[in-house]
Amino acid sequence: MAGTKRRSGKTLEFRDAGTHEGPLLVVEDLHTSFKTGRGTVRAVDGVSFEVQEGKTLGIVGESGSGKTVLSRSIMGLLPPRDVIRSGTVHFAGHELTAMDDAALREVWGAELSMIFQDPMTALNPVKRIGDQICESLKLHLDMDKKEARSTAVELLRSVGIPSPEQRVAWYPFQLSGGMRQRVMIAIALACAPRLVMADEPTTGLDVTVQAQILDLLADLQRERHMAVILVTHDLGVVASRADDIIVMYAGRIVERAPTRTLFHDTKMPYTRALMDSIPRLADPSGARLNAIGGRPPDLINPPQGCRFSPRCPYAQDKCHEAEPPLRTVGSPDHLFACWFPLVDGVSTVPVTVSSGPAPTAADNGQAPAPTGEAEA
Amino acid sequence: MPDDRELLETHDHGRLLANPLPGTAATDEAILATEETTPADDALAKKPFGFLFWFALGFVGLVLLSAVLANVLPLQNPNYQNYTALNQGPSSAHLLGTDDLGRDLLARLVFGSRVSLIVGFVGVLIGLVFGGIAGLVSGYRGGRLDVALNAVSFIILAFPAIVAVIAIVTFWGASLLHITIILGVATIPLMYRVIRASSLSFAQRDFVVAAKTMGATDTRIVLREILPNVIPVTVTFSLITVAGLIVIEGTLAFLGLSVALPTPSWGNLINEGTANNALSTDPYIMLWPALAMFLLLWSINLIGDRLRQRFDIREGLL
Repeated sequence: MAGTKRRSGKTLEFRDAGTHEGPLLVVEDLHTSFKTGRGTVRAVDGVSFEVQEGKTLGIVGESGSGKTVLSRSIMGLLPPRDVIRSGTVHFAGHELTAMDDAALREVWGAELSMIFQDPMTALNPVKRIGDQICESLKLHLDMDKKEARSTAVELLRSVGIPSPEQRVAWYPFQLSGGMRQRVMIAIALACAPRLVMADEPTTGLDVTVQAQILDLLADLQRERHMAVILVTHDLGVVASRADDIIVMYAGRIVERAPTRTLFHDTKMPYTRALMDSIPRLADPSGARLNAIGGRPPDLINPPQGCRFSPRCPYAQDKCHEAEPPLRTVGSPDHLFACWFPLVDGVSTVPVTVSSGPAPTAADNGQAPAPTGEAEA
Repeated sequence: MPDDRELLETHDHGRLLANPLPGTAATDEAILATEETTPADDALAKKPFGFLFWFALGFVGLVLLSAVLANVLPLQNPNYQNYTALNQGPSSAHLLGTDDLGRDLLARLVFGSRVSLIVGFVGVLIGLVFGGIAGLVSGYRGGRLDVALNAVSFIILAFPAIVAVIAIVTFWGASLLHITIILGVATIPLMYRVIRASSLSFAQRDFVVAAKTMGATDTRIVLREILPNVIPVTVTFSLITVAGLIVIEGTLAFLGLSVALPTPSWGNLINEGTANNALSTDPYIMLWPALAMFLLLWSINLIGDRLRQRFDIREGLL
């Protein structure tokens, strides 16, 4: 992603810090499983992390790595049946995982909100966008109709929609994809939440609009001092925008580090592979794309040992036998799960031919086929 | 850019107000102008309904109005038997002619429409209220409730409706109230199925989840998010069902199982028109109610269809 220059936030407004101390969001040992006809799908398997007030956390992984389920588990937005969730989520000192729906409704929208992937389906097609923004204003901030209306206009203006006075009365189908995503952001930010979950907020948009939307989000985040969790499959999206990055694979965190560290001192071969799979402008024309061979593992029967070992070019016997713990070497905020971490981006062990990447998908010059099921 | 431009007018919720886009306003406006693909005027300029729609609407309006105002209109008593004017064709005294007892056919036609309309519209209303509520809840909630209601609706629908209705009318007695209730109840599972299917498809959509993440309660989601989406298909289906109930009432009346004579209804007027070889001697008796019923059903169906086209968002986008 083209490097975007961040403007210094002169109008930054700090809200009162609240009563609680420590991180805004604390996720501890979160597990989420789905019961299916074939067996139990462990979509999120023991995930722990923290998000500080006002910071941006990027969650990166392939399709099917569990990142969407993770974000929905944190929100508490899982289907009511055939789901097992364990572990705890603390938000601003309150345990979300212990709250009932009524209590969650107080938090949702007001303190914790979500931006959805597809603005085409996440807006109600038969309601004017102004009304959709007003809903939560009336609900959480007890605004009357007129007040909510004028706030909606200001929100639309703040997300960069021209002549918001007129557009407030438009229907979603009258807006382009980028505009709709701006409206989605306006809805999510309406009540000035402290944490916004953005689940692939730009996947449905074309690249130039993507950058605009992400810059907008970053700007609003700085002005409002809110934390953002940016869920994406694109390392490029989070590279310039996240403070910390979590790399997920097969429902687990495989590497977690401040953004700079992650890119400069990659430990996990999977993270390396993700980075290498980003096409570069400097590549010669006609160069093959660096795809990761094989496909994400079956989450009903995950592979023994390290879950990435079947696809890892450096996998040793130990990798196939024992699962590496999430550990640190040196810097305490750089965690990774690998028996043979890369040193300065280079493996210390030789490439193993036998368990090398499956040639099929890579040779076609295509990304591995996404397995959307586990993400649904 | 000067930063004072960024501070928009303040508000009670000052923190809600943020800066416009980063960068200069001019370039951003330019970008947005290209980003905007659907100008409002284009989107709002809809296909006209066309002459037939307005004709159909006019006819339904005429029938409704005349049925409501039948007592006020300068009509003759529909049951007054004028023995000096039997089996007459249309004339200035009797615009549509008279039947074999000298009753004015126009008056009987207009008063007879009341039965058809009441059965059609009230019946559908009964179905809408009960079937609609059940369908919305069932489609949104899913789970065991949905399975149970679904099964019940299938069981009811498994009975051949006409046979069941005839059987019940025979035992319960034929009256306007009974017919309306029976047909209304028979409509409930139909409405339930259509509304359930529609609300089910919307309950899975992201905007419902989005509403939830904004703190909306289930009731609010059903009423504010799902119901508005379900209304177009419901309106269309209701209109078609009104037409269907009018036909069924006509069938029952034709078989002598609806309101008792001499109270006219379109069905029993058609029946009278076919009795005693009247079809060959005095075809007007049967012609008018049959024509009126045909036109009314055609009009209702056409209106429903055009409304569906207009409200169908997917079609509208293409």
